[in-house]
Amino acid sequence: MTNSGAAERVTTVVIGAGHAGLAASHFLSERSIDHVVLERGEVANSWRRERWDSLRLLTPNSQARLPGHPYAGPDPDGYMTMGEVIEFVEDFASVSCAPVRTGVEVTSVRRTGGEYHVTTSRGDFRSGTVVIASGACNRPAVPGFSDAVPASIEQLTTFDYRNPEQLDEGRVLVVGASATGAQLAAEIRRSGRPVTLSVGEHVRLPRTYRGRDVLWWMEASGLWDERYDEVEDLTRARRLPSPQLVGTPERSTLDLNALTDMGVDLVGRWAAIRDGRALFSGGLRNVFSLADLKMQRLLDNFDEWARINGHDAHLDAPERFAPTRVPESPLLQLDLERGEIRTVVWATGYRPDYTWLDVDVVDAKDQLRHDGGVVESPGLYALGLPVLRRRKSTFIHGIEDDAREVIDHLVEYLAGRRRPA
Amino acid sequence: MTTTTDNGVNVQALLDAREVLKGAPEAAQFTWKATSKWQGGVHTTTRIQNFFGLGEEQNHKDETVLEADHPEVFAAPDDAITPIEYLLVGLTSCLTGGIASVAQNRGIQLRSVEATIEGNHDIRGILGADSDVRNGFNDIKVTFNVDADASPEDIEALVAQSQKRSAVFDALTNPTNVTVEVA
Repeated sequence: MTNSGAAERVTTVVIGAGHAGLAASHFLSERSIDHVVLERGEVANSWRRERWDSLRLLTPNSQARLPGHPYAGPDPDGYMTMGEVIEFVEDFASVSCAPVRTGVEVTSVRRTGGEYHVTTSRGDFRSGTVVIASGACNRPAVPGFSDAVPASIEQLTTFDYRNPEQLDEGRVLVVGASATGAQLAAEIRRSGRPVTLSVGEHVRLPRTYRGRDVLWWMEASGLWDERYDEVEDLTRARRLPSPQLVGTPERSTLDLNALTDMGVDLVGRWAAIRDGRALFSGGLRNVFSLADLKMQRLLDNFDEWARINGHDAHLDAPERFAPTRVPESPLLQLDLERGEIRTVVWATGYRPDYTWLDVDVVDAKDQLRHDGGVVESPGLYALGLPVLRRRKSTFIHGIEDDAREVIDHLVEYLAGRRRPA
Repeated sequence: MTTTTDNGVNVQALLDAREVLKGAPEAAQFTWKATSKWQGGVHTTTRIQNFFGLGEEQNHKDETVLEADHPEVFAAPDDAITPIEYLLVGLTSCLTGGIASVAQNRGIQLRSVEATIEGNHDIRGILGADSDVRNGFNDIKVTFNVDADASPEDIEALVAQSQKRSAVFDALTNPTNVTVEVA
């Protein structure tokens, strides 16, 4: 048991110095709330250590903005490299004078006596309020049947993968067709390696539409501002895979047709391994239809918005994209013991890690129980999770509105507590 | 709009059940059951009466008796349909019911829903004539004709969503662990 007398007392502990934790700190400072930001590594740690070499932001630079810290560079249509993201987040930390303590790993958060006891690798804290900003992507989520992949095949997650050169020359099976899976399939294929991509439900988007970045449309049309309490199926919205997008200087589209043109072989969702054979779903055609129809509806809505709001004159003509081409006879199984597949890259999403959180606020699926970032335990808050308060919540520019409102709630909570009983 | 749509599906009851079962996963565990008896030749009779669900044994209103035989080109008397044709029955019934439910939920009035379904089957597999040929269907094609108060895109979306939520579509497109044992 840690001696509570030794614990440092602050009003608010923020866990994580990524863009979300730093945005929380910005608004806490603005409201003169004394706080610390605890960071297990360095500022923007996940961007430094848990991403592949070629990754760039999905959002264009014009949308790379944090509270009071807009993009000031020369290329609003470009996409930041990881080095540039790290620099951008570091600049924000120093401009906002965030009280960051780096190299401090939180090992436990408990609620005792109406406040929180935060145990770390470097001393303890006691605080009335805690903001969890440790991210939604702490651990790769890999299906259980990965245990049955033969030992002769190397398995990598997106945490291990850096670039194609680290892979065997043979065929690579990339699993998952979100932004991550699509990007890795493309760059591994470009390195000359044969690639099979296993595709489940996915989100198809063109990189540009009517001459503008598709994410410009998401923002300008107000779709990204849709609030969590207005979204029709919030559970589904929060589990939606990232759209098939890549940030490149060419602003090219990375949908499944583009991957097929590059020679990537598409198969259905990887459902199981039986007798050393990978079994893929025969429902590929329908996941294509679902994604095509959904994109179509989105573009219809964009066109409608542009028409009603008088933007048509400044935009190119409406476009429609070819349906996703279905392979003649998609492979339903693949013998993993035959030696053709040398590497499996799991791009099957992530889970948050709350193993250090000793407060009963995590559900059976490892997700935090919260209402727009207000966690069920009094004084406990979260930021930087999917559709936390708006559809844009997990994007860099999406943190500002969320952080302001969550910190507003925190300040009101503190004020309420100070009222005499 | 929804209030005037009537496809004969009680969607509200389904939505209510979804909410209740979110918090009671054990009640959502169903077991579908059938018993069968060899009738001689390649003819089998299967009876379906009860199933398990919502935590207890449930009964259909009536028992259903289904016959399966094989056609004359298989040198059988053709007293009933072939077992693999029951898979077509299952798939098309499941997708059609799904279309009605999704349409009801989306406020789309259906006038008619018709489907043709074809399963392509290379019987060299079951005959053991070529070990590279599988026993089951090589592919299945379902073609829907839907007459409804909706745009072609909305109808396509109905059909796509019904596949997404179909038990039989899933059972046919994804592997299922099957245990067959001797009692």
